[in-house]
Amino acid sequence: MSARRDRTGLAALGPFLWLALFFLFPFLLVAKLSLSDTALAMPPYAPRLDWAQGLAGVQAFLAGLDLQTYARLTSDHLYVAAYLSSLKFAAVATAILLLVGYPVACAMARCSAAVRQALLMAVILPFWTSFLIRVYALIGILKPEGLLNTALAALGLGPVSLLNTDAAIYIGLVYAYLPFMVLPLYAVLERQHHDLLEAAADLGCTPFQAFWRVTFPLSLPGVAAGTLLCFIPMVGEFVIPDLLGGSGTLMLGKTIWTEFFANRDWPAASAVAIALLATLVVPIALYQRQQAKLMGTAG
Amino acid sequence: MKRGLTLFNRASLLVGFGFLYLPIVLLVIYSFNASRLVTVWGGFSTRWYASLFQNEQLLDAIWVTVRVGLISATVATILGTLAAVALIRAGRFKGRTLFSSMIYAPLVMPEVVLGLSLLLLFVALGLPRGFWTVVIGHATVTLCYATVVIQARLAAFDQQLEEAAQDLGCPPFKAFFVVTLPNIVPAVAAAWMLAFTLSLDDLVIASFTSGPGATTLPMRIYSQVRLGVNPEINAVSTLLIGLVATGVIGVYLFQMRRKQDA
Repeated sequence: MSARRDRTGLAALGPFLWLALFFLFPFLLVAKLSLSDTALAMPPYAPRLDWAQGLAGVQAFLAGLDLQTYARLTSDHLYVAAYLSSLKFAAVATAILLLVGYPVACAMARCSAAVRQALLMAVILPFWTSFLIRVYALIGILKPEGLLNTALAALGLGPVSLLNTDAAIYIGLVYAYLPFMVLPLYAVLERQHHDLLEAAADLGCTPFQAFWRVTFPLSLPGVAAGTLLCFIPMVGEFVIPDLLGGSGTLMLGKTIWTEFFANRDWPAASAVAIALLATLVVPIALYQRQQAKLMGTAG
Repeated sequence: MKRGLTLFNRASLLVGFGFLYLPIVLLVIYSFNASRLVTVWGGFSTRWYASLFQNEQLLDAIWVTVRVGLISATVATILGTLAAVALIRAGRFKGRTLFSSMIYAPLVMPEVVLGLSLLLLFVALGLPRGFWTVVIGHATVTLCYATVVIQARLAAFDQQLEEAAQDLGCPPFKAFFVVTLPNIVPAVAAAWMLAFTLSLDDLVIASFTSGPGATTLPMRIYSQVRLGVNPEINAVSTLLIGLVATGVIGVYLFQMRRKQDA
């Protein structure tokens, strides 16, 4: 028995080596590069490890690493502003998503089984559809001569200019991440027994009280899962702020992209990436703990 | 919870799903617009589909994307199956904690960071960037999704069946292929489809890891979109949406039938 199990572990070898080479090692490179400085060279950073000099080369290399890039980032208000505004965008959009997603998930859970299945499919389908194309579809609606303003003009209203504003980013974030909020909420609401609400009503609760004191507290695991599932990727979002926001939009994902491609400041891009990850470590750990707990109760 | 829907419930569903689907529906409708102006309806026409098939750059990008998707999804599914088997079956082994963190971390890591780190690797290794570096990038990220999908199915599968086969004299390796694998095939297929779709969709990782001559469709769309809305992009988007929707709904109906048969 134990001999058999030992050999099963060998199945991990292939994926293990693959991930060590293509995920873990590159990640260490980012960390190293964030401690380097920019240089007029290709690739544009220093120090570089010179193996030919042996141990002296390694020592010279280690001596060249410093926290200068981080010092540069924290003293530049642009980076600080990008950091704070990323968190703000993600937090506000998550709150809006909860307000929009909760009623949808609630209503879905109250439908008959067949309708529920179809609606579930309808929530999942956009997840499979290209993110870029969905954002592109929004541009056609939001742009100045777009369909929203055409519709508003027909009603004698408008025009509103939304594209390249913060409002467009919020619309884009809510639009793109709505399935990620609805699914975990639906998963907990669907399992709730209606008897609980009837019992609450028998005990004199109004429907609103019953919701607030029974349904909502019981759905908190879903609320937590949806919140984290949306918040984490939104902090590092690139496509939405880049295509829907204005040129002055500050978000970390966009900062990394710009530093890398436009400014060719690789150490700064790496340091921003490390700062982004350091910020997300806590929510990611919370999310994984919560998932482990959910699996524990399900199995 | 099956009670009548209140007015508020109906309104929520209408607003929620309307918001999710209206932009896509409009995009599809306007891909058949005869007018070049994206918001003026100039009558029904398929001219943008015709001009799409004349656009060599776009066709090239589609071909690159499909090849990247096929290869990377296959690599990801094979590695993902192995990883799932190790995680579910192997119990404790050396490096297990590191292994499972490497599987789960890419799922939550911002794409920009993944793309940047892969690019730094290719620069450090002196690997010229192009088709194969995109394949490696996509295989790395999608293998984690594939593992999660297959793992869920494998956890539900009764291992005693495989052990029974071994008690009856089947070698362990063969027992896996003859007994377990056929039972997790739906999950393996779903994992492959997920990996393929994710690869098809990806802009960020491809932009970091690609080089000259390996422009994928999302990269092409992205550079076009920056210049403004364009009816040809509407057409190619509609084709992509149609393809994915057919696939997903097909798989769904197939699974429903299986469930009813069972």
